[in-house]
Amino acid sequence: MADTPQIPDEGETRARWGAFAWSAENAEKAREILGRYPAGRQMSCTIPFLDLAQRQVGADTNTQGWLPVPVIEFVARALEMPYIRVFEVATFYTMFNLAPVGRYHVQVCGTTPCMLRGSDDVMAACKARGLKKGHTTEDGMFTLTEVECMGNCSSAPMVQINDDNYEDLDYDRTTAILDALARGESPKTGTQEPGRHTVEPVGGPTTLTAMVGENHDYRGEWA
Amino acid sequence: MLQDKDRIFTNVYGFQPWNLSASLKRGDWDNTKALMALGQDTIIDRIKASGLRGRGGAGFPTGTKWSFMPKEPRPDRPNFLVINADESEPGSCKDREIIRHDPHKLIEGALIAGYAMRARAAYIYIRGEYIREAETLFAAVAEAYDKGLLGKNACGSGYDFDVFVHRGAGAYICGEETAMLESLEGKKGQPRLKPPFPAGAGLYGCPTTVNNVESIAVVPTILRRSPEWFASFGAENNKGTKLFQISGHVEKPCVVEEAMSIPFRELIEKHCGGIRGGWDNLLAVIPGGSSVPLVPASQIMDCPMDFDGLRGVGSGLGTAAVIVMDKSTDVVRAISRLSYFYKHESCGQCTPCREGTGWMWRVMERLRTGDADISEIDTLQQVTKQVEGHTICALGDAAAWPIQGLIRHFRPELERRINERNGSSDAPMQEAAE
Repeated sequence: MADTPQIPDEGETRARWGAFAWSAENAEKAREILGRYPAGRQMSCTIPFLDLAQRQVGADTNTQGWLPVPVIEFVARALEMPYIRVFEVATFYTMFNLAPVGRYHVQVCGTTPCMLRGSDDVMAACKARGLKKGHTTEDGMFTLTEVECMGNCSSAPMVQINDDNYEDLDYDRTTAILDALARGESPKTGTQEPGRHTVEPVGGPTTLTAMVGENHDYRGEWA
Repeated sequence: MLQDKDRIFTNVYGFQPWNLSASLKRGDWDNTKALMALGQDTIIDRIKASGLRGRGGAGFPTGTKWSFMPKEPRPDRPNFLVINADESEPGSCKDREIIRHDPHKLIEGALIAGYAMRARAAYIYIRGEYIREAETLFAAVAEAYDKGLLGKNACGSGYDFDVFVHRGAGAYICGEETAMLESLEGKKGQPRLKPPFPAGAGLYGCPTTVNNVESIAVVPTILRRSPEWFASFGAENNKGTKLFQISGHVEKPCVVEEAMSIPFRELIEKHCGGIRGGWDNLLAVIPGGSSVPLVPASQIMDCPMDFDGLRGVGSGLGTAAVIVMDKSTDVVRAISRLSYFYKHESCGQCTPCREGTGWMWRVMERLRTGDADISEIDTLQQVTKQVEGHTICALGDAAAWPIQGLIRHFRPELERRINERNGSSDAPMQEAAE
């Protein structure tokens, strides 16, 4: 398919990643992850290990990380699994990047609830800033992907950039966030609507108003 | 209207901290030991009596589901509870709010539900994209272990119970219960044939029940306040309170807990500030997440928002994800975008779905611009019928229903586009702009 990423040249990636192993910190995390599953069921660690590995690659390259073939092989060895069983998992789930991405992975939700609230404008703002779907900008700063519903529908449209969500977007707000990231700043995450806290109606909640100011205990009002 | 004192998720907007000490003040983990002391069969009976139906979409009675689990699990085949937090249905955004703002309701519910079904542990499968939410959930579980609420002798009950969090990695299909089990076992998330049902052979081949986050998180409050209290809301067979998630063309989209069976108009007027541009501007509503057919304005306005009411207008409650479309909507594009979603998310296991979702999307894209023949509408309808019911899981059905709903209610619009394009092929089409 046209959108399928080009898996980079085998020789180069082998030279760069052939000796991949957990960092000391991640080795500890990997041990902790193994402990969550019954003995003999370490195959359950495939997804958590691939995620951890992708994050370590990201930290090593100052990007959002990806999964070079030698790294997938490392995970397979760590879990005593055939390579193909791990590789097919890496290709099945969309969060695993099979090709390098930029410093910021801009994932614009384009599914219907976001579309109705103006995700076209969010996409247009990304395009106007030189981002192109499925590509990384020349400076290595941004990779743009259109993703499917991210579960922020009541504060749509939204974009997930690296580990954070930015919600209630429009063209200008999207531009402002991308500009701030490019300058090395950390823009406010969550809703971008002034005065809105999370997913209450804009202008203040219609229910549970006592909770706004204090951690109200309603048990005294239970009949 | 539901009163605040009868709302279960009091911190749904996160104005207050999610942590254990704040949750304790709101009433979570309040003598959980006494709730467990009711005994496993009594807990199941009370959940049955409350009328709670699964909140993940299918609406199967939760207590009944629990009663399918073996009463005396073998030591080498323990029972498992798997909690479905893979919220990926377009329009749905309630489990996220529970997890990031009220996680202890879920964790306490996991303990009680797990105990009632004699489970050894619960796995909470949270979608990979909920990164910050998963961080909160991991931290909340750790808090519960620290205070002895989970683990050996959980809450001093004498029962040993573990809760583990497992992150997915981006696949809508993992919300299907057997695909979730496959994914939890470290494989591609491809649904299993049933039978065997998970209650017989689920996670690691052991008896397993899969429940939605909201179904589990309401359990402690139902037991504290009584099944009769919960059953006092909603119409017969549609009991309880429910988190509604309203998105799209309302003045103020929001997530709000309301009584089941609340009429659509009241839900929108009270919490969402009305329809954008007024009620005359309402075109159609997808009332239960992307998988259910849309309902035209005239039929939805006074419809009770519950399982039976929405089935009565040819749709369904699903996850109560209400996607509202006003008259500015390109309704064909809105549904076509859902077709793209299903094409993207088809796991590829069954031929009718793998091939059919792509085929349906491509035809939908041509119908969007009118680049089609009138007869193709019927062909598309036939193809949806060939996909529906011919696949292992319900994703094929879910891909077919939105298109069937569109054809049922907006056939004149599809024909208009085709005629318009054929009649004046030189005129640029507004809808074709990208």
